Parts: sequence; structure tokens; C-alpha cells
Amino acid sequence: MISYLVRRIAYAVPILIGVNLITFLLFFVVNSPDDMARMQLGQKRVTDEAVAKWKQERGYHKPMLFNSQAPGTGKVTETIFFDKSVPLFWFDFGHAEDGRDIAHEIRARMGPSLAIALPVFLVGLAAYITFALLMAFFRGTYIDFAGVLFCVIAMSISGMFYIIGGQYLVSKLWNLVPISGFAEGLDAWKFVVLPVLIGVVGGVGGSARWYRTIFLEEVNKDYVRTARAKGLSEHRIQFAHVLRNALIPILTGVVVVIPSLFMGSLITESFFGIPGLGSYTIEAINNQDFAVVRAMVFLGSVLYIVGLILTDVSYTIADPRIRLQ
Amino acid sequence: MASAPLIEIRDLHTWVDGSEGQVRAVDGVSFSVGRGETFVLLGESGSGKSMTALSIARLLPEAARVVSGSVVFDGEDLLQLPESRMRMVRGGRISLIFQEPGTSLNPVMTVGDQVAEVLRRHTALRGSAIRKRVVELLAAVGLQDPARQAEGYPFQLSGGMKQRVMIAIAIACEPDLLIADEPTSALDVTIQAQVLQLLRELQARLGMSILLITHDFGVAAEMAHRIGVMQSGKIVETASREQFFRAPAHPYSRKLFDSLPGRLDRGRTVVAEGSPLLEVAGLKVHFPIRKGVFRRVVGHVKAVDGVSLSVKAGQTLALVGESGSGKTTVGKAIVQLLPLAGGSVHFGGVDLSTVPPGALRDRRRDFQVIFQDPYGSLNPRMRIADIVEEGMLSLAIGGDHTARLARVDEVLTQVGLSPEMRYRYPHEFSGGQRQRIAIARALAVQPRLIVCDEPTSALDVSVQAQILHLLQDLQRRLGIAYIFITHNMAVVEFMAHEVAVMHQGCIVEHGITADVLGRPQHPYTRALLDAIPVIDDADRHEVIRL
Amino acid sequence: MMLPFKPVILFTDALVFVLVAAVLLFAWYIRRHDHLLAPWRKVGQSRSGMSAAVVLAVLLLTGFLDCLHFRVPLPSDPSGKPAYSVEVTSILDVALGSLRSRNEKTYSAPLATHLYAKETVQFPDGMQGRVFPRLAHGGRHLEDPDANWAGDVSRRALGGVAIAVLAWQFLLWMVVTGVAHRRRIAMREAWRITWRGEMALPWREMLITAGLLLLFFVPLFVLAAKYHVLGTDKVGQDVLYLSLKSLRTGLVIGTLATLVMLPFALALGIMAGYLRGWVDDLVQYTYTTLSSIPGVLLIAAGVLMVQAFIDRHAWFDTSAERLDARLLMLCLILGVTGWTSLCRLLRGETLKLRESDYVQAARAFGVSRLRIMTRHILPNVMHIVIIAVVMDFSGLVLAEAVLSYVGVGVDPAMNSFGNMINTARLEMAREPMVWWSLASAFVLMLMLVLSANLFADAVRDAFDPRIRGRVIGAALPGQLQAGGAGH
Repeated sequence: MISYLVRRIAYAVPILIGVNLITFLLFFVVNSPDDMARMQLGQKRVTDEAVAKWKQERGYHKPMLFNSQAPGTGKVTETIFFDKSVPLFWFDFGHAEDGRDIAHEIRARMGPSLAIALPVFLVGLAAYITFALLMAFFRGTYIDFAGVLFCVIAMSISGMFYIIGGQYLVSKLWNLVPISGFAEGLDAWKFVVLPVLIGVVGGVGGSARWYRTIFLEEVNKDYVRTARAKGLSEHRIQFAHVLRNALIPILTGVVVVIPSLFMGSLITESFFGIPGLGSYTIEAINNQDFAVVRAMVFLGSVLYIVGLILTDVSYTIADPRIRLQ
Repeated sequence: MASAPLIEIRDLHTWVDGSEGQVRAVDGVSFSVGRGETFVLLGESGSGKSMTALSIARLLPEAARVVSGSVVFDGEDLLQLPESRMRMVRGGRISLIFQEPGTSLNPVMTVGDQVAEVLRRHTALRGSAIRKRVVELLAAVGLQDPARQAEGYPFQLSGGMKQRVMIAIAIACEPDLLIADEPTSALDVTIQAQVLQLLRELQARLGMSILLITHDFGVAAEMAHRIGVMQSGKIVETASREQFFRAPAHPYSRKLFDSLPGRLDRGRTVVAEGSPLLEVAGLKVHFPIRKGVFRRVVGHVKAVDGVSLSVKAGQTLALVGESGSGKTTVGKAIVQLLPLAGGSVHFGGVDLSTVPPGALRDRRRDFQVIFQDPYGSLNPRMRIADIVEEGMLSLAIGGDHTARLARVDEVLTQVGLSPEMRYRYPHEFSGGQRQRIAIARALAVQPRLIVCDEPTSALDVSVQAQILHLLQDLQRRLGIAYIFITHNMAVVEFMAHEVAVMHQGCIVEHGITADVLGRPQHPYTRALLDAIPVIDDADRHEVIRL
Repeated sequence: MMLPFKPVILFTDALVFVLVAAVLLFAWYIRRHDHLLAPWRKVGQSRSGMSAAVVLAVLLLTGFLDCLHFRVPLPSDPSGKPAYSVEVTSILDVALGSLRSRNEKTYSAPLATHLYAKETVQFPDGMQGRVFPRLAHGGRHLEDPDANWAGDVSRRALGGVAIAVLAWQFLLWMVVTGVAHRRRIAMREAWRITWRGEMALPWREMLITAGLLLLFFVPLFVLAAKYHVLGTDKVGQDVLYLSLKSLRTGLVIGTLATLVMLPFALALGIMAGYLRGWVDDLVQYTYTTLSSIPGVLLIAAGVLMVQAFIDRHAWFDTSAERLDARLLMLCLILGVTGWTSLCRLLRGETLKLRESDYVQAARAFGVSRLRIMTRHILPNVMHIVIIAVVMDFSGLVLAEAVLSYVGVGVDPAMNSFGNMINTARLEMAREPMVWWSLASAFVLMLMLVLSANLFADAVRDAFDPRIRGRVIGAALPGQLQAGGAGH
């Protein structure tokens, strides 16, 4: 078990190196610092001096991978790659265009992101499982049919319509909560309620339908027939047998997103003006702030890989077949 | 036998919604089972015997439903009971065991809990009394160290052990009727013998009736008091065991009987002299076990560990063993589908393991292979002609396209298929026909040796007989040698000149068929032979092994 | 020979033509092979699937007409050299007639006769005042809008309904005649079995769907001749026209992105699964690395780069070509970032097939590895590919909207659902609210995505019900969805 974990973590290292290389390629090689400078300073009428100055200020004047002019180890360390990409490994993200420290910004923005993403995740999971179980229980009846139809329609609507519709109804028409914004501490609840509600509703189609298929797959397995042959009641079959088995793929399947909850949701945060990492990312994309985008790419990958490792761990906890081998 | 039967099934009709409309899976079945009696429903696959059992217990899959009939159990029609009352009957007075012990138990629930569940449902036992009873039950079905096993999960048990746990669940409430649906078909023959023995003992102890469903004449002969033969949803014959095995009345029963390999007319010739075509010496096949951070190879599963055998041209060597004995691995290693860890395979005097890959390809026409599963061995996306032609094409033999097509027609005719079938696809054929196509595919390159890996064990007994006859006929006409891998001793007796018995990767006994079967030397061979259910034919005093 | 116009084949058009040709070829091939046809027959029996297919077919046809582009000639200059308009038009533009050119000044509500905003005008008597001015085109023909508007609109709408009913009856007559002819039975009998659903294809449901579509669209277009049925947007463009033009963008992204990724996913997935060893390690490493990067960010990075590149090189004759280049790039980027999950799926399936008896039998004949992969494995994983293509479609259409919102989708000047929503969102704050662009985008998108989803379900059920979830959709970030547990 321990050696398995060690191996999983060791396997993450080359992947992170790969991610780093890809981001380096995307952000520095394909798009040279000169291009970045021109983009930031405006496309037209940019003097070479201005570009040079811009690069100098941000340390983009150095060679990419190999500095033949620098002495000693400087040949490797006095490069953009070493300055900009390598420090990502110890979460040194550098500074954004506006000069702020990205790492500090990320720490400050994780809270608001989590304030939305975590409730959406937890409430959503509980709601979808309940809904799916209901549909599976009434399988083949009109309740099930209506549920599935509802799911298909719900998943056919773009998430943005949920947000726009929700903001219009709840905030504008009924005036229940503010349309957007955020507050620290307990006051945050009235800014959080609507995004969470919309987040949960927005995900119901895909998830509940998916869980329903998992339940139905379990319902048709041999051991359920054995449980029936024992004369057990239908609700005991559903809860003690079917649910217990179906929860393994469901729970281990969602574990992978838990670390990524820190990243927040791009759309929700930007629509509701929540100062989280999602809206930070969108702003960075719109301002073409490559340093921030690069940091978010790396952070996102790290969190995803942590999620993968957690998934493996959760499998070993949830499934005796893996735990005991 | 008591005068009033325990359960009486009258004119039962069960229909299944299939993709091609409704199938009358059970079409007017009537029979009864007396108290303490074992009634065997015997039939080939698709005859409706399992559907009958599930109809009685009202456990039909969603696509199936009972259309009419009655199941009178102890004076009550089960089909008329409300579901809540039926639940009291199921698991309490009627219990079931199914064919696949591997999937029939809940994988994430401890064995003890699964037994306890039924006790909690149907008895007044609670708390520690349940735990005590669970251990008793597990001990009664022959689990070693039952207290510890109760804490374990099904995946930690072997197939036979799982089936014992299923039996423990079934007998937990001392039912009046046990319905066993092919309870031993997924098990090895030695395990089968133990499970059947266990069922007989439990029946004697608890006095329960058993409705046993099987396709195996041997199992029927060992277990039955009375037998009903099913064919396409109907019972065509009901008779006592003695009567049935002495003189089966219905033509279908007689046909099945005559298809039993032990009854086939074997016109086998004597063992030939001469130098061997294939010589395997010290063959080893190992699969690495990786462990630790760096997935280092820490050991090997020695699937085949030093096997030596030889086959002469035009002769058949049977390789017998139970699942996991390594017999299939030997077959694949001989035809060079697996790398050898040691030893040599000489074919026609050439050591195949030293032949470079390019040259090996040219040799491949000499040795071919036929697999067990007729549904998995033909590419569903290729036409029959392409399937049969592929070997010739790959080995660059058989001349041009027209010549190859002529050869395709020729081999199709040889295996008893019409050449018109060549532009059809595998899904249009039955299991037996597919196996013929697989044989044709091997024949097309005119091999001198064919490794037949359980070629008939997925087939019904009547189809099996046809395929065995075909193989024997081809051997006689074309002089092909076979390595016949099987677990079925009756087939060995019919097919093989020589037999080698495999156990845990090694050959434990090797000799002329009659010698090995008649005077087994090795204890494992004896155990294997003793485990085979026996049809005791009183008239001829002959033991027929299945 | 001189054509009266100059055909223009944009990059995406070319790919769409290739795709259509491939689909037709595939269909022709399948028709001749019964075992390949069988699962499609099952799709054909699905009532919801075939009803969805009717809707999808109409939308696809609309999108396809919008892919046939050309430039109209300008009055040639004296030298006789033909000159062409810089504006690229499509057959759809022609079919929609003057809808494209009848622009108002700014917003107007659906079916309105007056602008949505007050304007200062000079009255004939010299006084100035702020009024809602009459529209330049919408309801121009009305003498007195206040008095005649309601009557005119309802008359035209009823006329549209009447045409729709007639067209539907014609359709019905065609189907019943077809059935009668095929089965050689009397019309009455044909009518009976069609209506009772006793045919292989669910004609009744398909006809009802077609009827509803006709009832919806025909009055719309009849009214569109004289009004802006769905209103106009900020710069006065007809919203119905914009919505229909957005269809092409959605369809192109939904299909081409999958087309782009298929070769990667197929080749790498099958090679990794069959060859194992270092190939497998490398492929697995590549897709794990790629899929660990948050999808939107990877797409964003890609699009930002490509945009910079396009801006730097002014190669394009017309703005349509420039917009198209960005659309194509978006498809490429979506494809390159989206191949990983299909690849993983195909690798897994190949690992299974690799051990199958028929592959073993082929190996026993010494069949080459390439041939085993192409003849034995590829045809047996095609069902997964088909499911992936149809299931990804709707996910990609939805993703386009979100990506355009984030600013890394299609060019802001391009007609697309994402851009429509994006601009409409800003209009929500106006008082009174401008809701019609949003509503039009919502209805048309729902129509497209819902029918695609229903059709995809039917396809999946027919080919392999065990496969679930979207293939690209899984790689597309949970971040994109408004919420949910991230599937």
C-alpha cells in the first residue's frame, strides 16, 4: 500500500515536468516574449526600445534555454526557462502584469472560490444521488421516464442560461439576494446562496442521469438476485446492497475533482463577481496576463494530479477487493 | 415418497421479450417434486430450464413474465401470493443457488453478513446468536476456520468455497425446497464432486427436496430420484432415474444419450510407431510478478514448469487438467503465441524457439490452433471467406486470389459447410457452425498439427458429438496430429491415443489412453477420475465417464 | 466559362465537405453490409432518437447551406477585369433574402413597428420631440401601425399556419404513398399501419415532429418577410438572421473538433493497447500529462497564441476568411486537447481485444501487427468512435458558448451562440429589458443540443449501452460547467 502510494507520487513527477514543458512551449516558444510585449503595449506603433524595456523589466530579455554568454552554471540558470518555469515547482509564481505577487493573490482568492465550489460539490452530490436513487427505484415507470427526460433537457441547456435566468428571477424580479458581489465572513451567505443553488441545478442533468445508469447496472447484477432469493425487502436490497456497491464508482469518481475545487468555477465566479480564482483566471485571460495564466495552468495540473492520487487512495478505502490485496 | 407432492407446477408458461419479439421460454411445463426428493430438470442450453426455476421463485428478469399456470407449494399457489408473502417464502421455505458463485455474492459485504442477513430476515435469532449460527452454517458447508472466513469477503474465496457460502445461505433457514440452477457447471470436476456430495449430505440431514437444473448427464445420474428432460420450453419426458438411464423413452432423450462422448463409436486406431512430429522438452512459461516502488520483478508465476511431451504424426495427445493447471498455456506456447522461459519445442526436428521471427512465420503453416469459445474466435467484422483466407494470405500460400477462393470452398466443404456461406458474417451462424468455421480456417493452410483448446466445452452435448466426429474424420483423412486440451475425460477417451495429465504446471502422468484411464498411477489422476459423476448402467454393468 | 459569382471555399467549408463526403461514403458502405446496418436499424426504431433526428436534419441542412459560400461580382471596372465584393455570402443568405440587409438603427422588439429607443426628431411643424421612430423595414407596409398591426400580424401568422398544415399534409401524403408503394398495399392500409406505428421506422413520431417544426418555423418566416419576428439587436441586425447564422458555427465546432481528434485518438489508442511496451508508456504519459492541464486553460493558451499569430499575419482577403481561420484554429485546439479521453477508452478496448481468440488466431497465422491493428482491432472499436462522435457533439456546442464568453472562443465578430449570449447578457441590465436575443439563442440552442443529445442516446443504446458520459466532455473542464460535481 505504502509502496503503491510512493510509486503513484513518483509517477506524478514526470507528469508535472511534462506540464511545465508544455506551458513553457506554449507561452515562450510559440509566442515569443517580443509578441507578448507587443500585445501588452498595443499592436501598432511600438518602438523596439519600448519592447526591450518591457522585456528587461520582466526578465524576458534572457535567452530561452541556454545562455552562452553567462559564466559557469549561469549558462543554464540565466535563462527564461530557469527563471520563469522552474520556480513553478516550488510554487513560486512570480508577479502579475500589475506587479502583484501571484502566490499571494492565489492564497487570498482560494477562500471565496471554495465558499462557492465546496457547497456546490457537497449539496450537489447529495442531491444527485438522491434523485438518481429515486429514478432507479421507480425504474420503468413514468416517474423514471419523466426524471430522465428532465435530466436530458437540463443537460441540454447551457450553464450560462441557468445563471442569467437565476439572476433575473431571484435577484432582479424577486429581490431576494444581491445580483453579484462578495463579502467577508458570515455576511457572505447572501452572496453565496444563489451561485450555489444555480451550481447545483446546473449540474443535475448530467450527474443524476449518470448515477442512475450506475444504479441500474448494479440492479441487474447476480448478487441482487441472490438478495431477492433471500426474501429481503425491496428497500433493504436497494440500500444495503445496491447503494453500497454503486457508491464505490460514484464516490471514487468524484474524488478527483475535490482538490480542483480550489480553482473555483470560471463562469459562476465571473457572473457573480466573486473574487475567487475562477474570476482571476478569466481576468488574466482577458488581460492576456501570461504569468497568471501560466501559474493557473500549473496549479490546476498539480491539483488534478493530487486528485488522481486521492482517487486511488479512496478506491483502496472503499473497495475491500483492492484494500485487502 | 409422500403421497402429496411438496410442490406441483402445472402448465407453466413464461414468455420473454426478445429483440425479435416474444420467446416462449417455458411453454406448458408441468411436474412435481415430492418431499425429500431430488428432481432433475435436464436439458441443453436454451431449453428453458433456468426460466422454469426462476418462474417458480418469481425471480424472473424484467423482460420475462409468467403468462399462465400455477405453482402449488404446500397447498398454496405461489404465483397468486402478494409479493410481501412471497418474500417470506423465498429464502425461508424455498431457497436458491445459482450457477456463477463468482457474481452471485455481494462483493463488498462480508461473507458472515451475507449469511446473517437471511437469518435476521426469517428467524427470531438476533445478536450473538446469529453470529454463532453463521459460524455453524459455514462449518456445516465445510469451510475451514469458519469464524475467520465469516469476516472475509467473497473475493478471498475460491469458486468452490463461494458456492459453499451460497449453499450456507440457502440452507440457513432449513428450507423445504432448494432450487439449484446449474450449481456446479462453473466448477472443476473435483470441486463439483465435493459440492454434489455436500448437497446430498445436507438433503439427508435436513430432509429437504431439491430441484436441480443441469445439462450434465453425470450430475443427473448422481443426484436424481426423478428426471425431467426439457426441450424448447417443454418437458418431453419424465421418468425415474433408473428407468431413464436404462431406457430413455423420448427420441430427443435417446439422441442426447447417443451424443455422450462415452457412448460414441470410437473407431480409434492403435498407437502408431515412428518418430515424433512434435517434441516438447522441459517447457517453461513464467509470468512475472511485479512489486514495490519500481515495479521490480520479484518473482514469477510458474504457469508451466517443465513440461515434456511428444506427438506423432496423425495421432492425438490429450492434455487433461483442471482450470489453472497450465494446459492452455502449454498449447499457446507450443504454437509460439507466448514466449518460453525455458525448454525447447522441436517441430519436425527444428527447434522453434531458436528460429528467427521471420523464418518462424513460414513455419506457422504447419501448426495451427482452435479455441474454446466459438463466439470469440471469429472476428465479427470479417466475412467467412476473409476469415478462412487470412492465413493463406498472411503466409503467402495458396496461389492467387482465385486459387485461394477455391481452397476456401474446399475447406468449407470439408468441415461440412456449404461454400455459399462464404460471404456471410459470423453472427449468422450457430456455435457449432462457428466452430466448424474455426476448423476450416486452421485447415486452410494444411497444417500438420492442430492444438485444439477445449474446442467443444462451450457446446451442447449433441453439437459436441458432431464436432468430435468431424475432427476424428479429418484426422483419418488428412493425417493431422492433434493436441487436444480438455477437462472432460469422456472426450479424452473418445479422441486420444495418448493422454497427459497436468496439475499445477507439470505433467503428473503420461501414457496410452486406456492405461491412464484404466489404471491411473498418480494420486491426482485417480482423484480426477473418481470425481467424475458416474452413470451406473445396471444392464451393461459398464461405467461411463462423462 | 464565367460563373456569375466567385465560389469561395473557406477552410472549414472544405473540411465540412470532406466530412459530408465521408459520411455519405460510410452510409453507402454500411447499407451494403447487413451486420453494420443492424445497430443503425435499432437507432431507427428509437422513437425519441428518430424524432430528434428530424430536428437535427433540418438544423444540419440549414448549417450546410451556410457552408456554400461565394462572392458576388461588382460592376466591373473599365479594364474588364472582374472584381468581386469583399463580402462573402452563402446560399443561406440568399435563401433568407433581404433579412440580412434590412437593418434598423438599434434595438427593436419582436414584431415591433417602432424602435426600442427614443430618438429626437424634427416634426414637420418645426418642433423637436423625443419619440419612438418607425422602423426602416419592420412593419413598413402598415399605414397606421396602431390600428392595423394586430390584424396584419394575426392574418400573416394564420396564413403561415395554413401553409404549414398544407405542407405537412403533403409530407404525410408522400410518406403514406411511399409506404403503400414499398409494401404494395392500398393507401388506406398504408395509412393505418403508418399511424399505428406498425412500421420499422417510427413514422408517426417523425411526422408529428416534422409537423411541429413546420408550425413553428413557417409562420415565423412568413412574418419575417415584413417584420423582425425576433426583433433586432444593438446595431439593428435581425435576430432571426443572427440565430440562423450562429447555427453553422455551432455545427462546425461540434463536428470538426471531433474529426480533428479522431486520427490521433485512434492511432495512438490502438497502438498503445496493441503494441504495449514503450509505445504504451509514451502514449499513456502523453495523455495523462495533457489531460492533467485544466482544459479551458489549455484551450485559452492555445487560442491566445493563435490569435496573436493571426493578428501578426494579414493573409486574408476578406474578414470572413479571417474569422474562419480562427474558427478552424479553435476546432484544432479543441481536437488536440480533447483526444485524450477517447484515446484512453480505445486503448482499454484494444487491450481487451488483443487477448481475444480471433486476434490470437491471426497471430498464429503470423499476420503482421499492422494488419491485425487495421483488420481486426480497428473495425471492432469503431462503435466506440461512432458513440464518441455523436455524444461529443452536444458537449462541444455548449462549450463554444462558454469559451466565447471567456474570450477564447470564436472571434467576437463571428455569429455564434456564445457571442449572442455574451452581448445579450449586457443588454439584460437595460430597463426595460432586452430579452429577445437571449431567448432566441436559448430556443435555437436548446433545439440543437437537445435533439443531439436524444439522438446520441439512441445511438449509444444501439451500439453499446455500457459506454456512458461524454468523451470530450469529460476532458472539458468541470470548471466550464456552471456547477455540478464535475462530470
